[in-house]
Amino acid sequence: MLISVDEIRQTIHMIQSEHLDIRTVTMGISLLDCIRSDFESTKKAVYDKICKSAERLVPECEAIERELGIPIVNKRISITPAAIICGGATPKQCAELAVTLEKAAQTVGVNFIGGYSALVHKGFTEADKALIASIPEALAATSRVCSSVNVATTKAGINMNAVKEIGLLIKRAAELTRDSGGSACARFVVFANAPEDNPFMAGAFHGVGEPERVINVGVSGPGVVKCAIEKVRGEDFTVLAETIKKTAFKITRMGQLVAKEASRRLGVEFGIVDLSLAPTPAVGDSVARIIEEMGISSCGGPGTTAALALLNDAVKKGGVMASSHVGGLSGAFIPVSEDEGMISAVRAGSLSLEKLEAMTCVCSVGLDMIAVPGSTDAATISAIIADEISIGVINNKTTAVRIIPAPGKVEGDTVEFGGLLGEAPVMSVRKADSSLFIDRGGRIPAPIHSLRN
Amino acid sequence: MNKAIITILGADRVGIIAAVSTYLAKVNVNILDINQTIMEDLFTMVTMVDINEASKPFDEIYNDLNALGSELGVVIQIQKTEIFQSMHKI
Repeated sequence: MLISVDEIRQTIHMIQSEHLDIRTVTMGISLLDCIRSDFESTKKAVYDKICKSAERLVPECEAIERELGIPIVNKRISITPAAIICGGATPKQCAELAVTLEKAAQTVGVNFIGGYSALVHKGFTEADKALIASIPEALAATSRVCSSVNVATTKAGINMNAVKEIGLLIKRAAELTRDSGGSACARFVVFANAPEDNPFMAGAFHGVGEPERVINVGVSGPGVVKCAIEKVRGEDFTVLAETIKKTAFKITRMGQLVAKEASRRLGVEFGIVDLSLAPTPAVGDSVARIIEEMGISSCGGPGTTAALALLNDAVKKGGVMASSHVGGLSGAFIPVSEDEGMISAVRAGSLSLEKLEAMTCVCSVGLDMIAVPGSTDAATISAIIADEISIGVINNKTTAVRIIPAPGKVEGDTVEFGGLLGEAPVMSVRKADSSLFIDRGGRIPAPIHSLRN
Repeated sequence: MNKAIITILGADRVGIIAAVSTYLAKVNVNILDINQTIMEDLFTMVTMVDINEASKPFDEIYNDLNALGSELGVVIQIQKTEIFQSMHKI
């Protein structure tokens, strides 16, 4: 056989024992042509377009799963940032649109629909304000809708009015979903430099530079990377980096294959493969355990940032060769609630919020799925967001915050969100009052190095 | 030719290869190559087949092989070859 038997066995082992899978096939759908002169008609046009565009998404992905033998865990949809199609709408009307999105998601059978979003890095339009005001209610009224707000770019600086507003928004969203541990906050992300083609939730949206419809794929292979580097225990960093690189190549190639197949069968343009190493709470599917396998006894201890920097870079180098178009977030994910090793490290006391913030300087995503005490006030949340956003703006990369102030919970407790969102340990936040800082409002100017022309 | 890979994994016993090849003959699937080892009672077999002239559609063969595997106490999977080619060749 031209394919060697060893390669076949290796692939089967990766899928069956090392948790290699396609984390998501996300169809991006433009809703720009759904804007009508009355909002009821807009909602109907949105529902019809999503249902028609994504009608075959789930069945075709299931067929690909069977024929190629590749598990496709999630099928999802991302839409044009909703604020762009909500011109003239009230917050109440915007929330109705969220319900429409929820119904469309249910009809086509996807488990999340992302893009209930606004891009406000330079300032708010009236539609932005209406949409943002509606986010807590919209998330509380739905279970599949995901929302995001981009508050900064390297070129625009930081909209600190938005940062202040969002601290309050997050508190309200947590309160409205108290019974599920503040789970609405787990479907909301604040961004700096948000990508237009990210296939992962909760930050996925279909940017305005994108075509009518697009297929974006996210692969998941932390388990595969960990298994690969177990074989080079004790070897030097060059060997370690090379091993990760080659493994990332194989993982990404699988994503490329599925993306091209899905694109062909659905008659939708192939967008990108997102190279991100995305963990799940399952044992053997953890980014934290990769860090530990590299030689740090508990993730978050000294050396973690260096380890993550190596990992993230090697993943990109291997992945970029494997795909014709790479995009989205494309970096290692460090979501606290979605990584068994992260959860363990927090409970063991080796991983703190401050260390996570340092780690976000060398990888993607940002402070993801962080549960903090319910008593954390809005200004503190805004200040945590401001910190993370600054890292993205200064370093010309995407950073994001997905933070849940868990109602009624204190440091050391566990919050259960249920379903796909899992559970999270409540982390401690430094005691200091940042309200005078946040209350200033206005815009933090763009950094000097944004002037690249 | 429409190639696929069939993999069989499980505890060794008499008749595994016989049962699978009898089924494949029945549905007119041609065996192109077989590689099989037993490592300490673990039976593993990797077969390349041509399903071009098969008398049943892929999905049915997929389900039949799954069921046959359950009967024999092994895991049988059929999949098209693309994944292996894409992951292991530059």
